Amino acid sequence: MEHLLDITGLTVSYYTDIGRAIALNQVDLKLKQGEKLGLVGESGSGKSTMGLAMMRMIKPPGKVEGGSVVIGGVDMLQLSDKEMLKRRLSTISYIPQGAMNSLNPVLKIKRQMIDAYKAHYPNHKLDQILQLAHETMISVELPEHVLEMHPHELSGGMKQRVCIAIGILLRPQIIIADEPTSALDVVTQRQVIETLNRVQQKIGSALILIGHDMGLMAQSMDKVAVMYAGEIVEINDVQTVFTSPKHPYTQALISSLPRLQNRGEFRGIPGMAPSLYRLPSGCRFHPRCNQQQPHCQTTSPRKSIFEDEKYVTCHLYEAS
Amino acid sequence: MINYFKRNISLTIGLGLLIFLILFTVHGLLTIEFKQAYPLAVRPKQPPSLKYLFGTDFFGRDLYTAMVVGVWQTAIIGLLAGAAGTIIGIVLGFISAYFSGLVDAAIKFICQILTPIPAFLIQVVIASSIDKRDVTIITMAVVVFLLSWMAPTLVIRSQVLSMRERQFVAVAKLSGMNSLEIIFKEIFPNLLPFIAAAFVAQVFQAVFASFYLAVIGLGPLREPLLGNTIWAAQSQSAFFNGWWWWPVGPSLAMILILGSLALINMGLDEMANPRIRNKE
Amino acid sequence: MFVLKRLLFVLLVVWSASTITFFIPRISDINPIRERFAELARLGGFSAGELEKIVESYSKAFGLDKPLMQQYFDYIGGVMTLDFGVSLNKFPKTVLMLIAESIPWTIGLILVTTILSFVIGNLVGALAAWPLSPRWVRGISTSFILFQGVPPVLLAILLIFFVAFKLNILPIAGAYSIGTVPDFTFEFILDVLRHQVLPGIALIFGSLGTWVLSMRGMGITIQGEDYVVFAEHKGLSSYTIFKDYYLRNAMLPQVTALALALGNVITSAIVVETIFGLPGLGFVLITAIRSNDFLVIYGIVLFITIAVAVLMALVELLYPLLDPRVRQGQE
Repeated sequence: MEHLLDITGLTVSYYTDIGRAIALNQVDLKLKQGEKLGLVGESGSGKSTMGLAMMRMIKPPGKVEGGSVVIGGVDMLQLSDKEMLKRRLSTISYIPQGAMNSLNPVLKIKRQMIDAYKAHYPNHKLDQILQLAHETMISVELPEHVLEMHPHELSGGMKQRVCIAIGILLRPQIIIADEPTSALDVVTQRQVIETLNRVQQKIGSALILIGHDMGLMAQSMDKVAVMYAGEIVEINDVQTVFTSPKHPYTQALISSLPRLQNRGEFRGIPGMAPSLYRLPSGCRFHPRCNQQQPHCQTTSPRKSIFEDEKYVTCHLYEAS
Repeated sequence: MINYFKRNISLTIGLGLLIFLILFTVHGLLTIEFKQAYPLAVRPKQPPSLKYLFGTDFFGRDLYTAMVVGVWQTAIIGLLAGAAGTIIGIVLGFISAYFSGLVDAAIKFICQILTPIPAFLIQVVIASSIDKRDVTIITMAVVVFLLSWMAPTLVIRSQVLSMRERQFVAVAKLSGMNSLEIIFKEIFPNLLPFIAAAFVAQVFQAVFASFYLAVIGLGPLREPLLGNTIWAAQSQSAFFNGWWWWPVGPSLAMILILGSLALINMGLDEMANPRIRNKE
Repeated sequence: MFVLKRLLFVLLVVWSASTITFFIPRISDINPIRERFAELARLGGFSAGELEKIVESYSKAFGLDKPLMQQYFDYIGGVMTLDFGVSLNKFPKTVLMLIAESIPWTIGLILVTTILSFVIGNLVGALAAWPLSPRWVRGISTSFILFQGVPPVLLAILLIFFVAFKLNILPIAGAYSIGTVPDFTFEFILDVLRHQVLPGIALIFGSLGTWVLSMRGMGITIQGEDYVVFAEHKGLSSYTIFKDYYLRNAMLPQVTALALALGNVITSAIVVETIFGLPGLGFVLITAIRSNDFLVIYGIVLFITIAVAVLMALVELLYPLLDPRVRQGQE
């Protein structure tokens, strides 16, 4: 089956007074239509940068330095600014992290949906757009009268649903949801994720869920990609990641999760995530790795690819 | 330090202008004959020349001498009224914020009621109620100060209120410091940048207000205050008569004074509130 | 409830202003009537003995022989009904009549210049902070902040010097050319407009800097807001984002600031009027100051205070139309 999304060698750096910070380094990622991928990692590991780079929303001092983001055969990074403007929301959409403040406080929800639609299809009739807006509201389980309300009249969960509604308004092929539930309470979190899953199934798009809640990922994603210091160290199906993780970092991550069996025994990962300005030589994880080998300090590991675009980047699995 | 001045351009230029003005005035005060700033001292209506650098006016005053004295008197009014307004503001602001309750409500209410009244107009009322022969530089400063303590009071009050919620104050309280110690040892030092900004703003306001009063003829008429000179020039229709140097000189001096204060104020704002910093 | 509260606030402001103007002259030992007639006496006309008699009879006519409290209540009552008394100088004209004659000039000038400087200043300030504006636009618009150090009055004098005096393309002063008869012909209106250009420019550019500076600060804050970022993710054009997401939200605090600045706006306009010799409120005020016509001075001060207080209340009442969040809070 053709891949819907094909990212290869994506590299992003930030240039500041202190120097160059490599936020994404040669990242590869492939996704099929309808697939659901969880993107996990510590803060600063490049999850959000990845989402922004796919939207071509990296702003100075950040810079996309190489690679391609091909969606349905078109490389997003080669499009003109104007063409990219049309692709946002219609081909690839992004549901933001801070839903609490992501809606314009002075405009009605209706207005904010209409202007998004009009930006892509300026000639469509208003009642047609409103019809679609109503349908979309129903599909994210919001009452229609929300359209006539202002953001401050809505609860946090409702605002997040409105953001999802805007994100799926134009039936994009790929939806990126950046920690869409981080500001919500646990019950609302569950409901919002369920909604997101349902609409994703309905419109058949691929979903990338960025977050660090492993529990949430386990319940609803097909695949999980683990990021560390600007690289994807492992992509695997959910089952494999949770039952037999390959990369030492993934292993550490999984074993640090609280479970019923190992109550009281609670292990973190020793050491700290490296500064993106001064990355360790060789494998970026080696200073914290418990299975470190001598050549880990000097040579970067290559990808060891398993079937179905799954891979791990670690010397332990390199076929000699 | 030098690097900071390079980044905070408005502060640098503002301070530079201020130093220039101070040098101009100090040098002038040491070399001029004060008498020439008053009527009938020199030949009237002379355009600028080597002898009379800024020309002379209709009444026979040397406008260079008048400007030196005028800038000096403007500085006195600005500093006196500015300092008085700031001190009252600090005291009331601290009282209001620290003791809260009824005192706070009363002070805040009075400030809010007085703020919408155009201060300049009340100053007009006060200044015009004083016998014109009694108006001096000092009374000008007092008139200007009477209506300018509200702004610093409100600023300091809100700053103290926000300071009070910060952690270091809580830590000081837990370690057994009493209220007065906390005010003077913990809060006051942290407020210094805001106080400096409030002071400069006050001086700006005072200079501005006294200038406006003088321009409409409510200044100490015999003194060569910059606004007075402009008022006198306007009353004698200086432009119609071709004596352009009469009002233009003091206007330029005033622009330098207000400009340097405005730039310093912007620079201090940038220092106290880094969010506004230019992100170039 | 909200309206009532605002109204009460207006009354309190007007009351405190009139109390100040009532007591300040009475603390000082100046008797306005004696000052006025002493001046006339100096010019010749009557002797010192007659002066005392005249002063006494006028004082009676103005009610100055009544007890202080009585005077105070009469005064406050007068102010609340816009009765500021009569002019000593232009007797029997009342203060209100003098204000009514001159105010059209002032209102016209203030209205046009305030709207223009507010609109231009905010637009320039917004462009100065907008990350997508070209470098040169940002440079030029940021340099507009320098106008902050040049108050309208000083700008007025420089404009008179360069434009009217040196270049001689616009009149130095006056509301219309000497010798023309005021009527509604095209030439006369054009003449009046020509005389309003320099005062207008002085007032617009003299108050621009403040708006540019504060709007630039607001803009820098707003452009980092999540809703502006999300608007970009929605694929909106930068024009729509600028207009509906960035400018609209950054403008809100500026409207409040405009209400607070009204006093300064009117003050500047009045002083600029005196520089140009325009026949507005400023001219009446400066004439009154020159001739010790105290009731006119106080009348104008109180009238402006009332106007400012009422306008501020109006802005606050209309503000919810701009910001739905406040609308909610009120109900």
